[in-house]
Amino acid sequence: MKRLMAVFYLLIFTLFVHAQGVEMADTMKANGKIYVVIAVMLTILAGLVLYLIRLDRKISKLEKNN
Amino acid sequence: MQTLLKIAAAAVIFPMTGHKNYMYKSWWKILAVVLLVYTFTAGILIEVPRNPQLQETIRNLFFHVCMWFGMMILFIISFVQAIKYLRTGKHMHDIASRQYAGVGILFGLLGYITGAIWMSYTWIDSNKSFYESFDSIAREPKLIGAAIALLVYAAYLVLRDSITDMDKKARISAVYNIFAFAMLFPSIWIIPRLLPSLHPGGSEGNPALDFKDASMNMRLVFYPAIAGWTLIGVWIATLKIRWKLLYEQKLMQ
Repeated sequence: MKRLMAVFYLLIFTLFVHAQGVEMADTMKANGKIYVVIAVMLTILAGLVLYLIRLDRKISKLEKNN
Repeated sequence: MQTLLKIAAAAVIFPMTGHKNYMYKSWWKILAVVLLVYTFTAGILIEVPRNPQLQETIRNLFFHVCMWFGMMILFIISFVQAIKYLRTGKHMHDIASRQYAGVGILFGLLGYITGAIWMSYTWIDSNKSFYESFDSIAREPKLIGAAIALLVYAAYLVLRDSITDMDKKARISAVYNIFAFAMLFPSIWIIPRLLPSLHPGGSEGNPALDFKDASMNMRLVFYPAIAGWTLIGVWIATLKIRWKLLYEQKLMQ
């Protein structure tokens, strides 16, 4: 029984280590550099959206003139 | 959250039902931007499953996979508009069908390119030569199917532009659009599901819509992301439709 429990614990432990051993961008999250990435992505998105809004307004104006 | 998703789903269905003035409304455009801002922030910040093969690239789910979802929804809208053209003969539906297909193809190409980038960091076997890795990747049924689907739609554009008579062009391309949509079923929904593949969603079923699979956390971003990307596609398509209508009005004068 004891041996069985030992095997069980070992199994759980290896699973745990395996799950934790995967290299993720944890440091980037810890020191907040991840927000730099988000800032860049949001800036690009904002630029594209502003472009679309301008286009939308221009087309609306043309539609009114017709 | 769920009501937001319902509103988003309604906004995506809008272009298919005959609501004529949805193009001039701004609430769904604002919704698209809100959903995308949410995708870009929450998509980077949320806890994701620690997968040894994918690591942080698992977040590409919110971008790469959404391109394909957007493509499918835009193609469905294009298909519905093609049928509407054949039923009513209204020129407006022909223009809409063409523009939705155009944006759908753009999304498909973006999905392909992003897939190629993602694949080259997760599928390439560093123990094999590049040529050998490429050899196995080039056999992927998902990639071949997607390429066939995109080529069939590319032929739609070629066919359209090769006919000069306006009514003939509209009718033939509407009929071809229905065929191209029918080709989506075997090429991206059936055959890749039957064959073994490195790509998720092979013979084991659809991973994106499987409620037992994938973490709940990721789905909180994934579904809004699909709606956001699709709505941006719809926005671009409506801008092109409105521009085309203006252009043709000018030609008529």
